[in-house]
Amino acid sequence: MLGQFIETLIGGLLTGVLYALVALGFVLIFKASGVFNFAQGAMVLFAALAVARLAEIMPLPFAIAIAIAIMIALAYAIEFLVLRRLVNQEGIILFMATLGITYFLEGFGQTVWGSDIYKINLGIPREPIFLFQGVFPGGILLDREELLAALVCALLVAVLAVFFQVTRIGRALRAVADDHQAAQAVGIPLNYIWLIVWGVSGIVAIAAGMIWGSKLGVQFSISLVALKALPVLILGGLTSIPGAIVGGLIIGAGEKLAEVMLGPILIRWFDLAGGGIENWFAYVLALIFLLFRPQGLFGERIIERV
Amino acid sequence: MLYREAGQFKTSYASDAAIFPIAQDRWFVIGLLLFGFFILPLFANQYLYTEVLIPVLILSLAAIGLNILTGYCGQLSLGTGGFMAVGAYAAYNLMLRVPETNLILVLLFGGLMAMLVGVLFGIPSLRIKGFYLAVATLAAQFFIEWAFARVKWFTNYAPSGSVAVGQLEVFGVALDTPMKKYLFVLAMVALLALAAKNLVRSRLGRMWMAMRDMDIAAEIIGIRPLHAKLSAFAVSSFYIGIAGALWAFLRLGSWEPLAFDINRSFQILFMIIIGGLGSILGSFLGAAFIVLVPIFLNQFPGLLGISMSTALISHLEFMIFGAMIVFFLIVEPHGLARLWAIAKEKLRLWPFPY
Repeated sequence: MLGQFIETLIGGLLTGVLYALVALGFVLIFKASGVFNFAQGAMVLFAALAVARLAEIMPLPFAIAIAIAIMIALAYAIEFLVLRRLVNQEGIILFMATLGITYFLEGFGQTVWGSDIYKINLGIPREPIFLFQGVFPGGILLDREELLAALVCALLVAVLAVFFQVTRIGRALRAVADDHQAAQAVGIPLNYIWLIVWGVSGIVAIAAGMIWGSKLGVQFSISLVALKALPVLILGGLTSIPGAIVGGLIIGAGEKLAEVMLGPILIRWFDLAGGGIENWFAYVLALIFLLFRPQGLFGERIIERV
Repeated sequence: MLYREAGQFKTSYASDAAIFPIAQDRWFVIGLLLFGFFILPLFANQYLYTEVLIPVLILSLAAIGLNILTGYCGQLSLGTGGFMAVGAYAAYNLMLRVPETNLILVLLFGGLMAMLVGVLFGIPSLRIKGFYLAVATLAAQFFIEWAFARVKWFTNYAPSGSVAVGQLEVFGVALDTPMKKYLFVLAMVALLALAAKNLVRSRLGRMWMAMRDMDIAAEIIGIRPLHAKLSAFAVSSFYIGIAGALWAFLRLGSWEPLAFDINRSFQILFMIIIGGLGSILGSFLGAAFIVLVPIFLNQFPGLLGISMSTALISHLEFMIFGAMIVFFLIVEPHGLARLWAIAKEKLRLWPFPY
């Protein structure tokens, strides 16, 4: 029982890492431009499709390099065609514009790259690792891909933290996040900064897309699963990179545990036709959380009466 | 030349407060309704009814509902599909358990239940707004979808929540042909749209708009946010619930929770963005646009003699919708309804613009 609990917990945490990777892209863009980028899920799908299809005709590292170039070109296109024309609009208008971008990217990605299920092979051995075989009967099962995901995630967060704190561009990004106008007044080129953040979150999308893709296969549903990043953001706070990680872990572990522990109880009480509460658990958790702490765990306090 | 208001004097308070103060508008709307009720049935075929007219009308109703909440009261919602599902399944349950109920009462019951659920999920709007609220309504969407797929009682123990309604009849007339269904839907939608048009000019509607434009200022002039926001959620969900029940009963006939998934929510949100936020007319224009574009895309390559796979067409559809959304937000944030208003303004000055 305890073994099963720990296994579920670890499985959930590792899924949470994947949510966190998607959420990271959201946070980056929100921090630097105040845009709530609904299209992050579509970007993950697009990036994963690009890597998967390119890897069919060339070695993986080249495919990744070209995918990075494509994502930066995409960031440029979004900045030039959409964001630049919507400067000074309300946040909600920008949000709806990213909804449009989402649809466009989903259609465009599948038109260009095809809409079957593709496999990304990262060259990781398939067989899982067993831990603590002496402690629990059967031991605890760990997936190598999920471990890799956790490593990549940790690495990305470390790199991003250094990038934000130390480099010149990072400082400019933080300045833009604090106050667009003031940043512009001291000579920070806004368009350039937006290009950088969208480019960086495009690269984060590649990392997320490749790991999702090698786990589940690259297909349309990636774009939907990425919706789970929204409750992660609410939980962790919209402006906090550590928040995205912690939020992702909580949501990932929470929904898996809820499915395994709470599911059977709910089924018994309400006479349900099966579980599946992980479909909504994250959202309801975020909803409850919103009522008590709207700024999230690590977010900046929003002083805005409603 | 024809569209002039010169010489139309308002001599009473009633005429000053009329919905369509210009006689030409009034006659146009009356003419359109007469056309819809009497002329159209003379030549419409089954395809036109089931694929164009009925979907456009029902989805317009849902769009009106969402427009009340998002366009008039400024509360973004992504849970439209869920509220439609509540309407559909509530109506189904009343019909199942009390079979002799009048169809109109059944539909209203669907609306009322959706209203209750809508108010419940609207409560967070008192503390949060903007995209936070969007995530909260996503919770409604996923939870409701799940509830109808899993809780057996709601669906009368049908596997995977797929249910069907039999022969419908209203006041002794069986709704068995597409034409009768269309006329019934048209009557319902016309009445409810008229009610909505009046509602948004009433005290309630003005409260919503004040709330949307600046919530703090609205509070200072004495509008209670609790009252304004929850009433917007209530009325909006009522409309959406009735639209859901109509969609399930008269368009689908048999359905499962998947018919009301998150894509339905997005579809209706797109309708009001393209049609025009804060406009009843826009809800109709947007619904017509979103329903007709896929039909057009399906026909168009055939007309040009190009053959396209259905997958490609559906991807192109996504791309076109996405591009249209962005285009409208950039170029004309008030949507098709605004273009219509501009056209009318031009027409008034024609042929001597200054």
